[in-house]
Amino acid sequence: MIAEAGLAALYLAAALALLQLAVAAIPALADKAVATARPIALAQGLLTCISFLCLLLVFIRTDLSVTLVAANSHSAKPFIYRFAGAWGNHEGSMLLWVTVLALSGALLALLSRRMPERMLSAALGAQAALALGFYAFLLIASNPFARLNPAPLEGQGLNPLLQDPGLAFHPPTLYLGYVGLSVAFSLAVGALITRDVGPALARAMRPWVLGSWIFLTLGIVAGSYWAYYELGWGGWWFWDPVENASLMPWLAATALLHSVSVLASRGGLRTWTMMLAVVAFSMSMVGTFLVRSGILTSVHAFAVDPTRGTFILALLMLYVGGALALFVWRAPTVAEGARFALVSREGALVINNLLLSVILAVVFLGTLYPLMVEAATGEKLSVGPPYFNAVAGPLGLLLLLLLVVGPLLRWRRHDAPIAGKVVPAVLAGLATLVATVILAPGISLMARLGLVAGMALIPASLMPLLGRSLRRTPLATWGMVIAHLGVAISVLGMASDAAFTRERLAAARPGERLELGPWLIDFVSVSPVAGPNWTALEARLRASKGNGTEELHPQARVFTSPLTETSEVAIATTWNGQLYTVLGRKTGDRWQLRLWWKPFVTFIWLGGVLVAFGGFIALAGRGWTNRRNRRRLEEAEL
Amino acid sequence: MRGRLLLAVPLLLLAIFAGVALWRLSSPPETVIRSRLEGRKLPGFSLPAALPARPTVTSANFGDGQPRLLNIFASWCVPCIAEAPVLLELKQRGVRIEAIAVRDRPEDVSAFLERNGDPFLGIGSDLDSRVQMTLGSSGVPESFVVDGRGIIRYQHVGPIMPQDMATIIAELEKAE
Repeated sequence: MIAEAGLAALYLAAALALLQLAVAAIPALADKAVATARPIALAQGLLTCISFLCLLLVFIRTDLSVTLVAANSHSAKPFIYRFAGAWGNHEGSMLLWVTVLALSGALLALLSRRMPERMLSAALGAQAALALGFYAFLLIASNPFARLNPAPLEGQGLNPLLQDPGLAFHPPTLYLGYVGLSVAFSLAVGALITRDVGPALARAMRPWVLGSWIFLTLGIVAGSYWAYYELGWGGWWFWDPVENASLMPWLAATALLHSVSVLASRGGLRTWTMMLAVVAFSMSMVGTFLVRSGILTSVHAFAVDPTRGTFILALLMLYVGGALALFVWRAPTVAEGARFALVSREGALVINNLLLSVILAVVFLGTLYPLMVEAATGEKLSVGPPYFNAVAGPLGLLLLLLLVVGPLLRWRRHDAPIAGKVVPAVLAGLATLVATVILAPGISLMARLGLVAGMALIPASLMPLLGRSLRRTPLATWGMVIAHLGVAISVLGMASDAAFTRERLAAARPGERLELGPWLIDFVSVSPVAGPNWTALEARLRASKGNGTEELHPQARVFTSPLTETSEVAIATTWNGQLYTVLGRKTGDRWQLRLWWKPFVTFIWLGGVLVAFGGFIALAGRGWTNRRNRRRLEEAEL
Repeated sequence: MRGRLLLAVPLLLLAIFAGVALWRLSSPPETVIRSRLEGRKLPGFSLPAALPARPTVTSANFGDGQPRLLNIFASWCVPCIAEAPVLLELKQRGVRIEAIAVRDRPEDVSAFLERNGDPFLGIGSDLDSRVQMTLGSSGVPESFVVDGRGIIRYQHVGPIMPQDMATIIAELEKAE
């Protein structure tokens, strides 16, 4: 019954989306379009929520007569993975996707009270058109509620790599980001249709971009940390096609975030911002397509199906192609924005946008290059970290350099000298350069430059606060400062990991003592342990450094359903880094141990969280200011 | 006009992306990696006989105008038992099969052939897997189709099962 209710809710939501699209498209309804579409959008959001709750219920109850549950769950699975398992598969994650899409539409209808009616109506129509395609995809090609008759006695279980708290957090967060960008897309389409591209649009779009970007940032940070401790090879970013698929929307959203600010406060960069808004959500769809279709080889290829790939490709062509064609058609009619000098805040943001776009292009090209070469010549090759690091690294460094100066510039035109404000950054950078050359002459150039840029950026990111009354500084400025500081910290973590990581592969007997960087590690014993749905051999390591001692228990695990071996990493975190240990196979009476000492590696994710937190502060600040302004406006009208 | 062309750049990129994606969706990737040795001459080797009463196999056996199948097997290998009836069937169809026994003892090889049938012309003994490595073979059983000029035409990894017979025979016919 629950499954049928979920399916019925989806069909109803699809019908409502069709209705919502019709409301926007029928000229006779133009006067009452928003008033009519608003309740429809709300009902759609509610129905998809009901449908998603139904899916959660069948997973929690492990209802094996539902095909999806039988294929992905197991009665012996711990509760949290029965819950999170609902979206640890293709159909469930697509249902999550449309749920977020419909909820975004409902929120857009609910919250945008100050937008021009015609534009909002067109945007709601665009949002309904998007939703309609994905409903069709779910109902035709990926029904999550399909029944299985006869029901099996036991389910096949969830891929053990996914049986991790990361699963509960990483996909929903990323999806909120991916799909939240759909609103920016719909708003841009609405504005292009109604020829209403201007600061009002940008102000309506900004919170959506900011919100999506916060979730994307958190999702990527969580995914990176998850891969770092789950896959057991000690890396935090592999330039895997699916990682790139999440990075590309983030790069576009980061560029959009900066350009939409220019449009909102200065009225400039109109055409460019519209294009970015279309591109950002397009990148989300491209990412979904790459993950779902299996056209690229990846560690994430867990839901691969060419028919579904074709379906998503058709949707992608329809929406992205349609929006871009509309853009080509209407862009020449978009009024030119306010002009600005090259040396100005706008100028810096334009360079920021260009650099981010080039990095986006570089990642896009690198991800698809193997395919293009094989299509053209039949030769197989793969593009990996050497290309991406070599190309994206220097561009990223340029972006950091810009970040030292950009926030200090005035809008429109900057004449005053800023040398004085750059001095702390230059000093910090030079001091780091000298220190690393003396203390660590052997590290790579990129790592050294990363350390220099990161250290220079710490004072530079705080500079916009200089000479201001801290209490009266707008929250949006605080948000920017915090986010930029987060970038500095994250870059320091990356550079430190690249420069100072110590690695050791040892074949050791219990009782032996190993040395790694500042650590002395006693290999105490190996003993068997058992969990709810796995058994494991667990090593006991006692690691000491200075006066602290840490116990680590890396495991070689065997999951029973499905039968899979995984290695569970054990990590000891101290204030200045992480000791990362992996238990490998036994040869003779010796065990393979892989040990890493990674100084300040945690800064990568701490910085990332700080970036997202900065975004949150800015979002909260804008919301608060808007409310205060509205109240003042209302008081003035009285 | 130039401005409009510039505006169409994203649309163009989308078209390229769609083209590549469509191509990949319509021609799924080959998951089998073909041997690098295919199309090359069989590397030179000579081996002692695996059984005292039987001729051995050396690279000189190949390239006499007749295509042959070179089978790498071992008496201790279970999939080789599964493959044995298929090799016998191939022999009955007139295929010349040479063999290399890897890391094996004469008494074990003769017991294996007694139990599972003997489709082989010559059997060489590769005690330390050196010849196996030279051929780019990583396990047993594996088979190579070598044409009449001594050039490797096809490498089959794993046991030749009944469903693989058609491929092997087609490759041998191509190698005529």
